[in-house]
Amino acid sequence: MNHDLSKLPDIFARYPREPQSLIAVLQDIQKEFNFLPCEALKEAAQHLDVPLSKVFSVSTFYNAFSLNPKGEKVIRICMGTTCHIRGAALIQDQLESKLGINAGQTTSDMKYTLEVVNCVGACSMAPVVIVNDKYYADVKVNQTKKILRGG
Amino acid sequence: MAITRIASPKALDKLRTECQKEQQKHPRKLMVCCGPGCLANGAAEIVSEFKAQLKKKRIKGFDVEAMKETGCHGFCEQGPLVVVEPQGTFYTRVKKKDVERIVEETLRNNKIVDNLLYTHPIEKKTYRDYREIPFYKHQKRIALRNLGHINQCDVRDYIATGGYQALAKALTTLSPTEVIEQVKTSGLRGRGGGGFSTGRKWESCARLAERPHYVICNGDEGDPGAFMDRAIMEGDPHSVLEGMAICAYAVDSSEGYIYVREEYPLAVQFLQEAIREAEAYGLLGDNILGTDFSFHIKISRGGGAFVCGESSALMRSVAGEVGEPRAKYIRSVQKGLFDKPTVLNNVESFANIPVIIERGGKWYARIGTEKSTGTKAFSLVGKVVNSGLIEVPMGTTLRQIVFDIGGGIRDNRPFKAVQTGGPSGGCLPESKLDLSVDFDTLTKAGSMMGSGGMIVMDEGTCVVDVAKYFLKFLVEESCGKCTPCREGLYQLYLLAVKISEGLATESDLGKMEQLSAVIIDASLCGLGKSGPNPFLSTIQYFRDEYLAHIRDKRCPAGVCKALITYEVDAQACDGCMACIRACAVNAITGKKGEVHVIDQAKCNKCGACFAVCNRHAIKVA
Repeated sequence: MNHDLSKLPDIFARYPREPQSLIAVLQDIQKEFNFLPCEALKEAAQHLDVPLSKVFSVSTFYNAFSLNPKGEKVIRICMGTTCHIRGAALIQDQLESKLGINAGQTTSDMKYTLEVVNCVGACSMAPVVIVNDKYYADVKVNQTKKILRGG
Repeated sequence: MAITRIASPKALDKLRTECQKEQQKHPRKLMVCCGPGCLANGAAEIVSEFKAQLKKKRIKGFDVEAMKETGCHGFCEQGPLVVVEPQGTFYTRVKKKDVERIVEETLRNNKIVDNLLYTHPIEKKTYRDYREIPFYKHQKRIALRNLGHINQCDVRDYIATGGYQALAKALTTLSPTEVIEQVKTSGLRGRGGGGFSTGRKWESCARLAERPHYVICNGDEGDPGAFMDRAIMEGDPHSVLEGMAICAYAVDSSEGYIYVREEYPLAVQFLQEAIREAEAYGLLGDNILGTDFSFHIKISRGGGAFVCGESSALMRSVAGEVGEPRAKYIRSVQKGLFDKPTVLNNVESFANIPVIIERGGKWYARIGTEKSTGTKAFSLVGKVVNSGLIEVPMGTTLRQIVFDIGGGIRDNRPFKAVQTGGPSGGCLPESKLDLSVDFDTLTKAGSMMGSGGMIVMDEGTCVVDVAKYFLKFLVEESCGKCTPCREGLYQLYLLAVKISEGLATESDLGKMEQLSAVIIDASLCGLGKSGPNPFLSTIQYFRDEYLAHIRDKRCPAGVCKALITYEVDAQACDGCMACIRACAVNAITGKKGEVHVIDQAKCNKCGACFAVCNRHAIKVA
């Protein structure tokens, strides 16, 4: 797959050209493309003078990075302790069976990506589901259809 | 407004008077809480509606400038919150449609909108002033002092409350050694959970001849169920910057980093804005307040890895590398960031520093207990009635926190346990409720202070499930560098799964205890060393519950899927068909008005029927 890499110089210009900037650069690439395209990683490695192997190891170590493209809507189920004891796992079951994918996967039509995150710090509202930037608080098992509809 | 750099401590005094005068222009103020909880519940909509209404209604002496978008006010449970000061009129669960009434009745006619006030769920008493509400009354706020009272990102607001006074005091009247002495006298211990003396840490760094020295603020807050640091970084970022600058002066550093989780985009944004503003005012950057002291702060965004809360892993991550910890015998104070001497403190620790410098170490040491001085912020969450962000003096008992502040357990169910210390902490049962909350007492009881997540559990929470949850978390977050942690925790997790599925024998418990001992002894860093805690503390206090899973193949809390069934209570069922519609696998049959039946062979135990039944006719057995 080819990606528009013309934005990379912009991203590179935001940070000092040194190995230390690697994570910040990758974060911005992730934000721009919604994942880390292979070609972009190669360019970042060259630009920052970091071996590609190290770029790969950093890209796979941190949860924030994904080497696979994500769907239009990224659904994140908070799996913090509070969300867990208030039934987040049951909500995960519902979303997984409705979308036909497991957490960490993307639907084949590239519409939805389902993710589990550790804690988003909104524990008083548990369980919490976030679709792109929209928060759903105090989610009940029977509200998953509504969440998928975007209501 | 044109910004002039503050050229001297005197000029700061002048600016403070000017800022205070600005504040007095509006005798009444409207505080809209924009903390994480309230935002998730629609606070942004409330803010824009207030702006629109205030513009339209033209209330005398009350314009848009009298409204503040504040950080977390604390009582997240009741959000979105709107407070009218100085009366303390406290409106809860405010919706967009309520805004016009608040503007007309309270702001124009000085009347209270009764149905938006907080009513205590058990006492049924309604409160007009939030300071009287038990949730607030029993608290003492130092680290959270400005949250809910000032504009999140406004340095002038911060200065009006006496902000950057402590930095000025340190730079002009105290030597670096005297600053360290004050912090040592205060007895402040690391609020990230380590509990190491902050003053002594600074002292060790200051003594090292090698340069440069670095100051890092740990805003990684990886413990699930904790959001104190997020609230401080978003709601009062300048207090963190000021604390860091004072530290930098004390240890002779000119460069600092704040390591913030990617999951907290607002914290990143507000800290960036706060740094920019502080630099423009000459409160950060070169020649701070016209003195020789210079200090620059950069933000480093974390990539979402729990292990990066560990000091050496965090420093490698700041350096753009994989966050793997190293062996503990090399101290990060000596060889920290880029192998240079480094002070690493947590957000809450830094937020306490300005108050300690201003009021003196002795004043701070008088609060709390002898060995754990001061106050501690907690996120009080879970099955508790009043959940939110709190701060109490050290030595407050768990019972006071859960019952006086937290209002007890939801739906009047029996209390079961309170979990503190995040994945490395433990669960304490009812018999431990009268323990004093301080570093040493909690550790002795088999849990730990941790960074301040306090998760309350009721009888519907299964401790085996909780242990399994934390172990899974740790397995996923283990960096994989050392074997005891990588493999040991995984085996421990598999055994916990076996118990939750009713397949374990009692000898498995022995295996788990043995394995735990090895993991604790042989792991490289704190993640592995405390990894077995979720299991050890639950088996210590809830062995019976483990045995119920093993011997009786029963989950008393009704959580472990393999051991429960959902059934319809024929007495309670009115045949409304709600559960039939909710069931995704068509396991429920029955006609309208008739008792429904669940086909156990088809049921996948998703819990949807249980959630939709208004008559509580679905029972878990």
